[in-house]
Amino acid sequence: MSNVWSLVKKEVRAYFGSPIAYVVMFSFLLLVGYFFYSLVLWFNAQAMQMAQNPYYAQQVNINEMVFSPLFHNMSIVLIFVIPLLTMRLLAEEKKTGTDELLYTSPLTVGQIVVGKYVAALVLLAVLLGLTAVLSVFAFVLGNPELAPWLTGYLGLFLMGAAFIAVGLFFSSLTDNQIVAAILTLMTLLLFLLLNWVSSLGSGAAWTKVVSYLSFSEHFEDMTRGIVDTKDVVYYLSVSFFGLFLAHSVLQSRRWR
Amino acid sequence: MIEVRELTKKYGELVAVDSLTFKVEPGRIWGLLGPNAAGKTTTMRILTGYLPATAGQAVVAGHDVFDEPDAVKRVIGYLPEVVPLYPDMTVAGYLAFVAEIKQVPKAQRKAAVARVLGSAGLKDVGGRLIKNISRGYKQRVGIAQAMINDPQVLILDEPTIGLDPAQIMEIRELIKSLRGEHTILLSTHILPEVTQVCDGVIIINEGRLKACGSLEELAASFERTDGVVVKLRRAGADEAALFRGIPGVEKVAVEGSEIRVEWSRGRDLRDDVARLALDRGLGLREMRSLAGIEDLYLKIVSGRSEP
Repeated sequence: MSNVWSLVKKEVRAYFGSPIAYVVMFSFLLLVGYFFYSLVLWFNAQAMQMAQNPYYAQQVNINEMVFSPLFHNMSIVLIFVIPLLTMRLLAEEKKTGTDELLYTSPLTVGQIVVGKYVAALVLLAVLLGLTAVLSVFAFVLGNPELAPWLTGYLGLFLMGAAFIAVGLFFSSLTDNQIVAAILTLMTLLLFLLLNWVSSLGSGAAWTKVVSYLSFSEHFEDMTRGIVDTKDVVYYLSVSFFGLFLAHSVLQSRRWR
Repeated sequence: MIEVRELTKKYGELVAVDSLTFKVEPGRIWGLLGPNAAGKTTTMRILTGYLPATAGQAVVAGHDVFDEPDAVKRVIGYLPEVVPLYPDMTVAGYLAFVAEIKQVPKAQRKAAVARVLGSAGLKDVGGRLIKNISRGYKQRVGIAQAMINDPQVLILDEPTIGLDPAQIMEIRELIKSLRGEHTILLSTHILPEVTQVCDGVIIINEGRLKACGSLEELAASFERTDGVVVKLRRAGADEAALFRGIPGVEKVAVEGSEIRVEWSRGRDLRDDVARLALDRGLGLREMRSLAGIEDLYLKIVSGRSEP
């Protein structure tokens, strides 16, 4: 356990000791801030109009009209941000030869993989945590519901965690960070758009299976305050599978 | 302390190490010599548990490398060919990290970092980022990290590469000072380093063991004759004839401004050669032992030995 902790500390320091963390946080916050701002403006305009009509006035909901689309936008941005955070995790060690230090220390491959994974999760938590500051304005000035907001962030975190596991796997395959980033990005985009097929097959069984594999499919409900076990299980399974593959790739050095 | 039996490593069709067998006694310093691509680095990587062997056995500090890798990794220090450094860390921060993953007990980590900073001569750069220090310092950080867990066995892959002559001397002194408490296996291209530092050598070529033993043992088994090379004010056929007159001398040859005098192994005619040169006023400028490590090494690697 202390081994994992040492690695986590080292990786987090590596993120914050280089410009990566700051550049990513800056760009992410800038984009999310812009989304939030424009959504709030749009919400204001809508709310004004809807308030004219007593029937529609009932339906003015800041959670549905601001946070839900905001979380969707954030999930898309994460698809581009996560590969940049995960690409270096294992590829860089291989490139610079520092993996030789790790593998000749009394560390297991599992500890190395988990250490790297947790470090990226810490960065994801910081990234999401910073955007939560924006919501403070909404809570001070309006009265959104807390539960859907919390489940939205839970969904973003689980989804990000799954993305990181995928990125970690691709980083284990190569010593080239760019290759790792591109493969991760393509895979995440593909999984995001998998649910498009559901519009093709008009309810055929295979389209259901394929859409079940889509990242976006499992995120929808969480932004509305519903935590379904099947969605949580989906994200946890993807994370676990990614880590398992990364572990297998690294472990295979032992019999190659 | 290090025992290797019938060790073989294949990369696909390529045989990098071919049934290698050798043994290093505790507390001794042994050099691993060989041309490039001889299998030195591969052998060291197997010993440290970085690479699995295809066949054979390696025992380090009483633990089998394949069965108990973690037990081995805890008691060894390893300086790889490419020094494993994180450029964005400070020297002291890096050493503290290595101490952690090498499982140095928490209470002793600070002292361990201070100890290796001192012994590797890094006190002045402890707070600097690794990317900003010179090549020589980086090499020393590599040696420092190998010593952080006070290992029983040190495996150093070309420890003095990239250092200036003064630093090479310092590192050699450092390695020599570790004799006795630590068992050291080091690989090198610099042959005089072996004569100065090592108790014995293992010479490999194309993955196969060519010779193994102390320098004297190797000289005895590979060289039939012993001798000296003398440098005189003037070296010609007349002077050569004089040396040929010394009883016991077997072979005399003029090589440029030098004369090579050989006699059969076991005798020592160095005093006679020197006395002759002085008595006859030949102007002795220099006299050195013939069986240098270079000759011996080339002979062993190429597989030639005296008839």
